[in-house]
Amino acid sequence: MNETLYTPSEKKTGNVIAVCAIALVYVFLFLLDNFLPSNSFTLMLIPVLKKGAIYSLICVSMNLLNGFTGLFSLGQAGFLLIGAYSYAIFAIPADQHAAVYQYFDGGLIQFSIPEALGSVLGTNLGNFLGAIVCIIIAGLIAAAFATLIGIPVLRLKSDYLAIATLGFAEIIRAICQWTGLGTITNGSNLLRKYTSFSDIKISFGDTVFKLSTIFPFLIAMVSILLIVLLINSSYGRAFKAIRDDEVAAEAMGINLFKHKMLSFVISSFFAGVGGALLAMYQTTIQASAFKTAMTYEILLIVVIGGIGSVTGSCIASFLYIACNEWWLRFLDSGSVFGLSVPFFRDGFRKVVFSVIIMVVVLFFSRGIMGDKELSFAGMIRRLKRRKKPAKAAEASEGGDGNE
Amino acid sequence: MASFLQANLPYILAGISVGGQYALIAIGYTMVYGILRLINFAHGDVFMVAGLVMVYASASLPMYISIPLVLIVTMVLGFVIERVAYKPLRTAPRMSLMISAIGVSYLLQNCALYFTGGLAQVYPSIPWLSNTVTIWGATTKMVTIVTPILTIVLVIALVTFIQKTKMGMAMRAVSRDFETSQLMGIRINAVISTTFVIGCLLAAIGSLLYFTNYPSVIPTSGSMPGLKAFVAAVFGGIGSIPGAVIGAFVIGICENIIKSLGSNWTVFSDAFTFALLIVVLLVKPTGIFGEKATDKV
Repeated sequence: MNETLYTPSEKKTGNVIAVCAIALVYVFLFLLDNFLPSNSFTLMLIPVLKKGAIYSLICVSMNLLNGFTGLFSLGQAGFLLIGAYSYAIFAIPADQHAAVYQYFDGGLIQFSIPEALGSVLGTNLGNFLGAIVCIIIAGLIAAAFATLIGIPVLRLKSDYLAIATLGFAEIIRAICQWTGLGTITNGSNLLRKYTSFSDIKISFGDTVFKLSTIFPFLIAMVSILLIVLLINSSYGRAFKAIRDDEVAAEAMGINLFKHKMLSFVISSFFAGVGGALLAMYQTTIQASAFKTAMTYEILLIVVIGGIGSVTGSCIASFLYIACNEWWLRFLDSGSVFGLSVPFFRDGFRKVVFSVIIMVVVLFFSRGIMGDKELSFAGMIRRLKRRKKPAKAAEASEGGDGNE
Repeated sequence: MASFLQANLPYILAGISVGGQYALIAIGYTMVYGILRLINFAHGDVFMVAGLVMVYASASLPMYISIPLVLIVTMVLGFVIERVAYKPLRTAPRMSLMISAIGVSYLLQNCALYFTGGLAQVYPSIPWLSNTVTIWGATTKMVTIVTPILTIVLVIALVTFIQKTKMGMAMRAVSRDFETSQLMGIRINAVISTTFVIGCLLAAIGSLLYFTNYPSVIPTSGSMPGLKAFVAAVFGGIGSIPGAVIGAFVIGICENIIKSLGSNWTVFSDAFTFALLIVVLLVKPTGIFGEKATDKV
């Protein structure tokens, strides 16, 4: 309804700039992985970029459900957990099983997809493709669970839905920690030694290039792109109609359950993909980390970015991760620029964060972007307007007529 | 039967005791939900803060001052949370209100993390309550016996308050119809504040009893009892005080029976609560004592 319409020329220039910007980012990431010297700056930057990309995907997947379909679900941690575990289980090399599943006789699954592909295609290509296959499997398993959970849960309304999905996330966590499934999930012990970002390389002849930062960006970008395409499709419009008024949407002939289910399953698929990436980033995972607090954190990032804005979620994710892991570290360290501040100690950063979040929730409930999107086409228009306001107004009128 | 009871008596006693503690928290949830239609996600953390205040107060003050102090601080906290975080959002969509509640929960947990430095704080042993007693061959703490009795006494007092006093009548009116009661001249803010204060007082009493059974308080120790108490409130029919109490006892007892099955099943003691929630929501969404809600289109 409040989507801005752009003229074809604005769209075209916008797309060109966007493609160029993305290409530049990837060139930079490639340089960062392979050629730039590692110093204290890049040592902070690389993890922030990786984690920021992963959180962007996770937040966008939550936004699809909470912001675009209006289903207040708090089960994200559960689907992240399923994704992370599914990925790890299929990506632990065969000879490491004995070490990882030391309390469960080496576990039940005795193969690793990256390794199997590696034996055919060579180690590097095998790891690359194998990781992608495992990530897709992780997403599919999360989606399968979402289908099962969705059948009962999606009949519930607003806060009951929230508490029921939250409950399912806790049940999933309990199942993953259960010793009865130990041969697969390793009980409450760590899963480790699986293919992680540092194993993702590509070789051209004898030269080997590392792709450890590009990889999460690539997967996250493709996933977010798919979500955006979905949002802009007729399904996406149906989701928004359900969000704005369920009764009216049903009267217009939208099958409520089918569309809610679709949104829930797709959101969970990408949460699963996000969980797999998170597992790759962390190199070890444990079910006990995927608590409700994790869902809350993701939800709060979505709120900061603006409920119903994909770009908002991405910006907020990078900002949040950068502040959390890097820029606001000094709040925990006890000193600023050599000055020691008595109340700066461990945990103060989190307190500052929570206060910022409360301020956003209470006074800026629209977040950074509200439900608008940031686009290059929009920036061009704004620049043009500033230069010659009259002409731009004419152009935008013409644009509305064309659409 | 008798031998089974005797063998499992410690678990059943613990279940009844923890059930009473959940009940005291659940009343706070059910009253707030009845009036504001809000799942107060921060309620479990208020309960945790009450525990921490007790730890700090008892370190420097005698017990007969620190216990009333805990109750007062918790009530003030509840009042402040309502005024700062929920009152400005009274006309906002329900989702904003829930997000605000989650934000408060996050804030309280992080503040607790900051003040405790991430260390588990050893809970003081309250004299008499921490004494051990032996019932029918099972050794337990005095608090196990005190909790159900105190819970029932408090519930009767609360129900009397709601049925007999003017403020109680106002609460019932507000929970029935928010806007109409406002038009009838009920000072809605006073009613809502009273609800929060009563809920927090009961949570503080609950925390005194609950943490006596546990060695220490950590910043996240409120979230799970909070969620379970909410499930208890849903189970009993949200908005109904006797329902919440019965739900809490059922959950407390079942959870401890699952724990008695062996270490293999302990992980499911939390999951069971949520499974129960989902079954209740699907089979009888209004709970045992809930009134039938009609959806107005």
